[in-house]
Amino acid sequence: MSTETIDRVLSRSRMNIVIVGHVDHGKSTVIGRLLADTGSLPEGRLEAVRESCLRNSRPFEYAFLLDALKDEQAQGITIDTARCFFKTASRDYIIIDAPGHIEFLKNMISGAARAEAALLVIDAHEGIRENSKRHGHMVAMLGVRQVTVLVNKMDLVGYSEEAFEKLKAEYTAYLRQIDVEPVSFIPVSAREGDNIAERSASMPWHDGPTVLGQLDLFTTGRELHEKPFRLPVQDIYKFTGSGDDRRIVAGTIEAGTIRKSEEVLFLPSGKRSVIESIESFNTERKEAVSAGEPAGFTLSTQIYIRPGEIMVRPGDLLPEVGTRFRANIFWVGRVPMSKEKEYKLKLGTARATVRLAEIVNTLDAAELNLSQGKQQLDCRDVGECIFETTRPIAFDLASRNETTGRFVIVDNYEIAGGGIVLENLSGGETLLERHIRERERHWETGSVPTVERERVNRHRSKFIVITGPPGTGKRALSRELENMLFRNGCSTYYLGMATMEHGIDSDLRVNEKNVEERLRRLGELARIMTDAGMIFITAIDDADDYDIATLKLLNDPHEILVVTVGRNDLQNAAPDLHLEEISDIVEAIERIANLLTLREIIVDYQI
Amino acid sequence: MNHLDKLEAQSVYILREAYREFKNLCMLWSIGKDSTVLLWLARKAFFGHVPIPLVHIDTHYKIPEMIAYRDRVALEWNLNMIYGENRAALDARQTFPDGNTDRIVCCRHLKSEALKRTLSGEWPRYRMDHELKRYVPDDKREPFTGVIVGVRADEEGSRSKERYFSPRDSANSWDVGDQPPEFWNQFKTDFAPGTHVRIHPLLDWTELNIWEYIERENIPIVSLYFNQGGGTRYRSLGCAPCTNPIESPSRTVREIIEELESGLLANVAERSGRAQDKEDGGLETLRRDGYM
Repeated sequence: MSTETIDRVLSRSRMNIVIVGHVDHGKSTVIGRLLADTGSLPEGRLEAVRESCLRNSRPFEYAFLLDALKDEQAQGITIDTARCFFKTASRDYIIIDAPGHIEFLKNMISGAARAEAALLVIDAHEGIRENSKRHGHMVAMLGVRQVTVLVNKMDLVGYSEEAFEKLKAEYTAYLRQIDVEPVSFIPVSAREGDNIAERSASMPWHDGPTVLGQLDLFTTGRELHEKPFRLPVQDIYKFTGSGDDRRIVAGTIEAGTIRKSEEVLFLPSGKRSVIESIESFNTERKEAVSAGEPAGFTLSTQIYIRPGEIMVRPGDLLPEVGTRFRANIFWVGRVPMSKEKEYKLKLGTARATVRLAEIVNTLDAAELNLSQGKQQLDCRDVGECIFETTRPIAFDLASRNETTGRFVIVDNYEIAGGGIVLENLSGGETLLERHIRERERHWETGSVPTVERERVNRHRSKFIVITGPPGTGKRALSRELENMLFRNGCSTYYLGMATMEHGIDSDLRVNEKNVEERLRRLGELARIMTDAGMIFITAIDDADDYDIATLKLLNDPHEILVVTVGRNDLQNAAPDLHLEEISDIVEAIERIANLLTLREIIVDYQI
Repeated sequence: MNHLDKLEAQSVYILREAYREFKNLCMLWSIGKDSTVLLWLARKAFFGHVPIPLVHIDTHYKIPEMIAYRDRVALEWNLNMIYGENRAALDARQTFPDGNTDRIVCCRHLKSEALKRTLSGEWPRYRMDHELKRYVPDDKREPFTGVIVGVRADEEGSRSKERYFSPRDSANSWDVGDQPPEFWNQFKTDFAPGTHVRIHPLLDWTELNIWEYIERENIPIVSLYFNQGGGTRYRSLGCAPCTNPIESPSRTVREIIEELESGLLANVAERSGRAQDKEDGGLETLRRDGYM
């Protein structure tokens, strides 16, 4: 590539602009004008539309240039988000035309969330309407920081400065309430072309920029490079089938920079490793990668992590980890959001089951009234709510790191809401703890007291979990342990995971989403078996802190004993016993049996 | 990051998201410049590998260089290459070149219908056997529930309304008026049984970006795009009977970029060489019915 080309490619930037506002206030006309006046239309398009209007005896409108689809021309409203491309001397633009009609709010959101700046169109003649306010609010929540207000149809109010100033004052007051400070207000007539690309002769009193001028004044890029490092793990790849042994942690860097050989921490699992290499295809070897880049890493140790964790630098300000948080949310689902139902939360690359725990207040975006005591979120509601996930997730507060501080909620296969995290409320009672409190309150005991059982059995009950990577001999060990205990007169049982999968769990498909439910069922079963006085043994692959904590909680009030084999993945609580490898199964069993004796679970034993 | 880095990053993110979420995923490869860039982006996303099967709908009227190029690249890059066709329509000569249908009906038979039935697994699929170096019937018949497609928003009106992840019902139809919201890099990755999702990683790319990226990455492109000395080249590729070259002197990628930037082509629609677009209803009618 020539130096000249490189300069050109590097210097040219691109910006997404969204245009929003109430229906019929003239968004499509503004864009049509911008395209026509900058010569961005394919040859003949303008003439073709004019001709078609003439043929159908309709007055020509610039909006027709955009309304490419038949549906739209029939109804005269923009039903989806259309993208138009055009360029000025300084950069390329994608103008996203977001529909103003209330039925199409979710389309407006899709458009606005992609934008770095917004043009909000208000009809000077009709004044501020419901969606002028609603869209102002949504644009702010979606994270668009630069907003310019176009006061359109100035020709209909005689290009009156007074009318413009009055509307400006009124709308500024509204925006102030929701903490939005517009970059500028521009009086325009899109139909007549006033202040779009050319300064208007009819409004000599306007001393600010034209719309085109304002676009070039918007600034691009956010200072994501200097923020704490965040990599939401999208996937872990191993293409062994194609003769590639690299195990690559892949994802797009949301903030900060990381270099080769740096130590990294994964949250919520708490696992640590060191970056061995930065992987890429058809580039030079990379020593460092920064915000915005799709990246891949190999690690110096083989740790088991899951997609959805956030990879961070241990020395940085760390993300929050928790199961309960306060957030601002907007709901666009067909069905209201209810407290009775479980939803799917997607935050960064994490997915979790979530419940709406509490509605703090809801905001009527049109009237800006806060109301309390609502029991559900209706379509188009904006509210402050408390959410609870079943499994801990890592996240940031949106005020600190917005890209890892926002989430969507899926209801019935559809994205039905979006929100930004305000506060981590974890530490209070979790959903699981509440479940167990309720369960124990209703536990129906038989007539045999635990002490009697222990006296007859001559041992106490225990839930023994043996965990580690696959292929370490956990199952053989578990079965032999059961055999030995049984021969020593213990009431004991080994439960294989295949038994669970094809029995109790046969209604659950084996996938990421059902991990929690499978864990819950195992824990509940353990609670029953240990209550029956047994030494209940199972072997599971790659349990992490959360899995163990969950099983422990579910088995409560009885006790759990954790044995790790091959590799200890537990970060928070050390296992009761760790075996580097099982070279001699008798010796391994002896160590477990010794521990059981020491803890006074069994009295003595013989191998 | 420059604008190509940003476009690449977004496309890679979408490809990885699709690969994570869809079990039966495929990527359509028309052999054209856009879907070839898409294929290259998959190699970027998966570190040199393409762990997704590629599906080509062979109308058997494609310009012969296209098919030769397809098979050469498939072998060279170790691609899981699959093709499908409308055998019945070809045998019954229900095509435009046979003089028995108009262009739109021909497209519907050889492309839309063949695509639909190949994706669903109802019609036979043929897979490149890398040992034998030829196509053999594919015994995998499961429907593809995620289909990656290289459409761009700037190509024409209806494509500018697409989402990155766009659901289709079982009849492949597209409800333009009721599309799911998509924001903050969160896409529709959950879908009801019987529906499938089309995934569009190139939505934000323009024709110029495609050529700039081909230049930067040095991606091999089928020679039909270049003037071979006759003063014409193809700007958009399709079936031989319905695709015409444009007058252009450009012999290299660099010259195509300069030609696009010079504005010489600025006022000519990209698909102007594609005859089926000009018939009544054109591309939009075809697209609602499952055409890409």
